[in-house]
Amino acid sequence: MTSTDTRTGTQTPVRENRGENTPVLEVSDLFVTFPGAAKAPDVQAVRGVGYELRSGEVLGIVGESGSGKSVSSLATMGLLPPHAEISGSVRLHGEELLGLGDQAMARKRGKAISMVFQDPLSGLTPVYTVGDQIAETVQVHNQALSKGDAAKRAVELLELVGIPNAAQRYRAFPHEFSGGMRQRVMIAIAIANDPDVIICDEPTTALDVTIQAQVLEVLKTAQRETGAAIVMITHDLGVVAGFVDRVLVMYAGRAVEVGDVDDVYYRTRMPYTMGLLGAVPRLDLEERTPLVPIKGNPPSLTALPPGCPYAPRCPLVKDACTESEPALYQVGASTHAAACIRAGEIEENAWTAADIYPLPELPEDAEAAVPRAEREVVLEVNDLIKHHPLMKGAVFKRRVGTVYAVDGITFDIRERETLGLVGESGCGKSSTLMEILSLQAPQRGTVVVLGKQAGGMNARQRFAVRRDLQVVFQDPMSSLDPRMPVFEIIAEPLRTHGHSAPSVRSRVNELLTVVGLEPAHAARYPQEFSGGQRQRIGIARALALDPKLLVLDEPVSALDVSIQAGVINLLEQLKVELGLSYLFVAHDLSVIRHIADRVAVMYLGKIVEIGDVESIYATPAHPYTQALLSAIPVPDPEKERARTHILLEGDLPSPANPPSGCSFRTRCPKFTILDPAEQEACLTTEPGLEPVAGDDQAAACHYAEARVVV
Amino acid sequence: MSLSAEHAASDGDKGTEAGPGEPRVSGRWSAVFREMLATRRVVVGIGLILLLMAAAWIGPLISPWEFTERDFASFREPPSPEHWFGTDNTGKDVFVLTMVGLQKSIVIGLLAALLTTAVAAVVGAFAGYFMGITDKALMWITDLMLVLPSFLILAILYPVLRGQGWLVFVLLLAAFAWMVTAKMVRGMTISLKEREYVHAARYMGVSDTKIIFRHILPNMSSLLIVDATINVSGAIIAETALSYFGFGIQPPDVSLGSLIATGAGQALAYPWMFVFCTGLLIVLVLSANLIGDGLRDALDPQAKSRRR
Repeated sequence: MTSTDTRTGTQTPVRENRGENTPVLEVSDLFVTFPGAAKAPDVQAVRGVGYELRSGEVLGIVGESGSGKSVSSLATMGLLPPHAEISGSVRLHGEELLGLGDQAMARKRGKAISMVFQDPLSGLTPVYTVGDQIAETVQVHNQALSKGDAAKRAVELLELVGIPNAAQRYRAFPHEFSGGMRQRVMIAIAIANDPDVIICDEPTTALDVTIQAQVLEVLKTAQRETGAAIVMITHDLGVVAGFVDRVLVMYAGRAVEVGDVDDVYYRTRMPYTMGLLGAVPRLDLEERTPLVPIKGNPPSLTALPPGCPYAPRCPLVKDACTESEPALYQVGASTHAAACIRAGEIEENAWTAADIYPLPELPEDAEAAVPRAEREVVLEVNDLIKHHPLMKGAVFKRRVGTVYAVDGITFDIRERETLGLVGESGCGKSSTLMEILSLQAPQRGTVVVLGKQAGGMNARQRFAVRRDLQVVFQDPMSSLDPRMPVFEIIAEPLRTHGHSAPSVRSRVNELLTVVGLEPAHAARYPQEFSGGQRQRIGIARALALDPKLLVLDEPVSALDVSIQAGVINLLEQLKVELGLSYLFVAHDLSVIRHIADRVAVMYLGKIVEIGDVESIYATPAHPYTQALLSAIPVPDPEKERARTHILLEGDLPSPANPPSGCSFRTRCPKFTILDPAEQEACLTTEPGLEPVAGDDQAAACHYAEARVVV
Repeated sequence: MSLSAEHAASDGDKGTEAGPGEPRVSGRWSAVFREMLATRRVVVGIGLILLLMAAAWIGPLISPWEFTERDFASFREPPSPEHWFGTDNTGKDVFVLTMVGLQKSIVIGLLAALLTTAVAAVVGAFAGYFMGITDKALMWITDLMLVLPSFLILAILYPVLRGQGWLVFVLLLAAFAWMVTAKMVRGMTISLKEREYVHAARYMGVSDTKIIFRHILPNMSSLLIVDATINVSGAIIAETALSYFGFGIQPPDVSLGSLIATGAGQALAYPWMFVFCTGLLIVLVLSANLIGDGLRDALDPQAKSRRR
């Protein structure tokens, strides 16, 4: 990384002089209300948020979707639509920003205060080169600068954020960049004018973990170079733990707990924060305890209950909670405050999440004790491939290449077992699922579901197998037909498989109860439910026919943590009670550790490592698995600070043009330290899955070597 | 996105929780029907159509004049207690003529519109869902129909079909109007069939035809309904044009179209021969649009009215 021509004055040493100088950004008593159109009630998105940000400080704002964290920062930036009613005060270096005209605000934005948005896809204009977009930002605040100087500065910035061949990539268009690279460009734009405050709105949410680790590293560099204070808005408690100095937890438009990161994580005083921390599946904890589910849903911001907004979901609720809304007041350390009338009690008794939240009893699976080899195989995939031809030409199509979406994978799932299939986006996990679910003959290899080979079945047999093989999709918005009431949705598989009308009715009621919904919900439409409830409806539909194998395609990745915990607990409970086997596809390795018995890690259409959860997470042998595990931030500030992340270089190669030999070699940290003679094997020979150390662990690496990374 | 979606969800939650929580499990269509009746536009539209229908079929019965009867004492007389809408060039009662014409137009308009949309939906959905050879064949036919000059074909077929009655005429009107909608439906089907609920249905073993009729077509019902209402007016106007050139409804049979055609020339001198039939045409098309509009909202779960 090169240095930038940082102007003097803004380069303040980080952290040392905190508390001495005046805050850079002071937000106090911020209220944002969106007046309802027509007769709709007003939405009170932010209700009295206040924080101070000193130079070089990193503040994390954490909360679930709809908690007002993004709206409050957009209000700070003056980016809310004109009809929003904003009151309170936002002061930058003591100067009031609220009420400034758009012209005046435009001079501040990008210069003194800048923003990194969540979606790198829509953050850049597709018709200009990335370099021009950065140069524009530089020039717009510094008219005296010549075009050539601005371009030079843009190249420097591109180098700073780690874009290789910056001078050439200056002329690249956004679509030529991957998501991670685009986010780097966004960061370059944000730091172009040495701002004093950078607001990052979920900067890594849309990215894969290995890319997330790279981008967080870039953000750290950016902060070091500019000395800016950062507001980090995220829902990921792991990212917060390692990256920020102070945390502000938001709920229903208000700050409910604020303090130094250690105080908030280790001496939590607000039940909501406790629940949130307990709801996160942990990558670093071996024993499997049920996650803390927070009952209910966040309140509607249009009709808030009087009193504490968290009271309806809080396990510690008492009558006083529903009377008036508690203010933030100090607990413990001078900088630590929580908005809970029982915070003092929590402190006295040193309660933790496990003490106050009733943990669901997870039934013990007696039959899981049967050795794996003796259990029935429910799914066997052998050397499965799925290649898509790349065609060119309109009239006479010719094949110009092949996308190796799935390239020879082998695994099996036994009865009452969960196999987690993990990998970054584009690694072929979803293609694998679709191949299995289609029950058609694969291009090569075999898929055997419950003893029946796909492709060898006639329509009637296939129909029968469908009863035992069901699927739960990722997106609870699109997996339920919006035109059908819930009853019809759950009844569809039953009717298709010839259940009589009365039995359908009772079965639907039963299923709704099983997944924790009320039978009365059957008459409603999917969009009347929250994400978690919709996912439960999807699970109920999948369970309708008493399947043996459930294929879960990222079932919790679209849900908030507190809701996710409930769904994961439900899945674990159902598995034991109904004797199900799961093929669980996810990109979140923490969730997999929590729920799976065995894990298969995929990279570019191949399985690079497979084995039981304990061995893989404790001693991963493949460099890719090691990098993946190490890239995931752990929601534990001390551990997180002590960890060193293995950073992978670059992005996932295109599956249309995989590298020769080992497909991981282009990004492999191990490859770079091998001597040329050893590298030869990686370059020419594709490694097969070879058993390593443990009895149930195999890695596809010529130089596999177990290593502890979590 | 998630923010607003969550809001919508929780708002909906609140709204329904406040109501009585009786487990009312009703079919989707009865719910749509109830929703539809709660929309004022639909009620007004249906009321108007029913009123027009009543007038069209009962009117001639209560009128003292017969359809074929001529009053040789009054030609081109303005409206009077004896002739409610006046009389025409040959002494026929304009009220009876208009009502009989209205009958034809309602029947032709509704039938042709329904048929057009149905054909378009089925052809488009099958082409888009199955792709491959089905798509090629269906789209080839669609393109062929698009380039055929419908007016010329009708003119050529006219001598053959002359004696077959108006039902054949409806079929012909529909046969030349479905193509553009079919192409739209095909495009929407291609995107809809990648939705996860369609995948889910396929993986639970629902047959392809059922998926098309149960998941794909209902999810584009707003398009189809808007299309059908546009087609009602389109069909009535097409019928007018064809009748005007002598290829449609044949005298002595009349439709609003042929009445307008004859009345248009004398609209300034004898306005009653033009105003009544034109006015009724406007009311007819308007009420069809009102119903369509309301139906679209009733069928759309995302529509505002449902989110109380």
